[in-house]
Amino acid sequence: MSTIFAKRRARLLAMKAIRDNYIPGDKLTACPKCGQESQRKEVAENLSVCPCCGYHFPLGAYYRLSTVLDPGSFRELFAKLPAADPLGFPGYLEKQRAAQRKTGLTEAVVTAVGTIGGRRCVAGVLDSRFFMGSMSAAVGEKITLAIEYAGKNRLPLVLFSASGGARMQEGILSLMQMAKTSAALARFSEKGLLFISVLTDPTTGGVTASFASLGDIILAEPGALIGFAGPRVIQQTIGETLPEGFQRAEYQEEHGFVDAVVPRAQMRETLAQLLRLHEKGGRP
Amino acid sequence: MNPLSAAERVAIARHPQRPNITDYIDGLFTDFFEQKGDRLCREDPAILGGVALFHGRPVTVIGTRKGKTAEESIRCNFGMPSPEGYRKALRLMKQAEKFRRPVITLIDTSGAYPGLEAEARGQGEAIARNLLEMSRLTVPVIAVITGEGNSGGALALGVANRVLMLENAVYAILSPEGFASILWRDASRHEEACGLMKLTAPDLLALGVTDGVIPEPAGGAHCNPVQAIREVDRALEYHLSALLKESGQNLAAGRYKKFRKLGVPGKVEP
Repeated sequence: MSTIFAKRRARLLAMKAIRDNYIPGDKLTACPKCGQESQRKEVAENLSVCPCCGYHFPLGAYYRLSTVLDPGSFRELFAKLPAADPLGFPGYLEKQRAAQRKTGLTEAVVTAVGTIGGRRCVAGVLDSRFFMGSMSAAVGEKITLAIEYAGKNRLPLVLFSASGGARMQEGILSLMQMAKTSAALARFSEKGLLFISVLTDPTTGGVTASFASLGDIILAEPGALIGFAGPRVIQQTIGETLPEGFQRAEYQEEHGFVDAVVPRAQMRETLAQLLRLHEKGGRP
Repeated sequence: MNPLSAAERVAIARHPQRPNITDYIDGLFTDFFEQKGDRLCREDPAILGGVALFHGRPVTVIGTRKGKTAEESIRCNFGMPSPEGYRKALRLMKQAEKFRRPVITLIDTSGAYPGLEAEARGQGEAIARNLLEMSRLTVPVIAVITGEGNSGGALALGVANRVLMLENAVYAILSPEGFASILWRDASRHEEACGLMKLTAPDLLALGVTDGVIPEPAGGAHCNPVQAIREVDRALEYHLSALLKESGQNLAAGRYKKFRKLGVPGKVEP
């Protein structure tokens, strides 16, 4: 009985992951970093990492989950949480609907419960295809609900960030999500539970200045841009060109803000190791 | 008299003669002792903090500092804090908790400093840490937005039991110029942005983001600073006396609840 459901869940996630990863038409895909054209199939089999230079292409939320969760373990959480327009911002609802049609997502984050290396955890993924993964009320609320769910069920939490920062159209309520998610993590942490934050390209603004920077363990994908202010703003402020590699994952590791830079191919294994290391029984 | 437009309030909030943190500290407190440094790497003059007496009671006061003269403005980076400033603020808040002192924050900043050094030392991490730690302080925290409160740079001092705004202060995700530039790639449309951003004191009170509006003298706080500061004093006294009756646990719980309910699009089952 349970295996039937597991198979269905595996199929469901696989279908959503294929949709996430699907680019119509082109059989060839060009790497934005090295410019090398590769077979679409070859890139997909390589977890969307450029076979030539190792550039990590952005991933859709479901596809990302399919790369780390054990097959058949995926169960989506809070899928019905609707998008919001708290300020009644002109034209915003139409833009939301267009993004929803284009991506098949309701909002910029997907949360789920599943297993990694056989260990249960709550996982959340921001999707940069939806309003650049920006922090809306719905994103903040869903992240908070996931934190609370993990806390209540005493499960470790893994959040993958990819965000351009605040959701302009939700103004101050976007800002307030920073306080809400950080406060929820304070409570979660007090329960002695593990939070692993994974920073992917790009993690900036309000997401960097809240939950993404508060992991017990912070991992980053190679080359990911990670910072509070974006490079364009900084360049305008200081009026000089920024050094090569500034704000990249490797730079943040060197400056003490990231525990480890982990290539996508090793992500699942690394997460499994960390969940194993934090299992109960580590102390009397 | 017509109520002021959002853009007019932004102009008043940024008025060069508007009372700044040193005026408030002189007018509201006695025996102020400034505490400097984050104990990690340096002192950030963009944030001013220390211990003082408020109506005879010791409090920790922390705020952003915009200079009045050109020289002072440069020294305190025009009120744009670096990570060291936020880490100093957190140090003082934890110390306030140790000595059971209420925390009063005064916010007037165009945002956290978007500079190379600030990024290298973890601007995002510093702000995030403050949000987390402020949410669970077991002493009363009152934040007053006296001028502009922009972005995470303002919120990093703003996770309070009571968030109060002066009548013409503004509080927003970023400056109207930045907003227009991001959304429409045209900073000159900032007045239009002001109208849409819901950044005025009455708007934010209606949204439940803030808890009170402190009246300003006609024309704005700069027209009669003494009266403006007297109104802030009255509001602080009122809210502080209510909060002092609560236990530490209740203060943290109340603060949590206040921020937890902001921006909930709907109730859902897992």
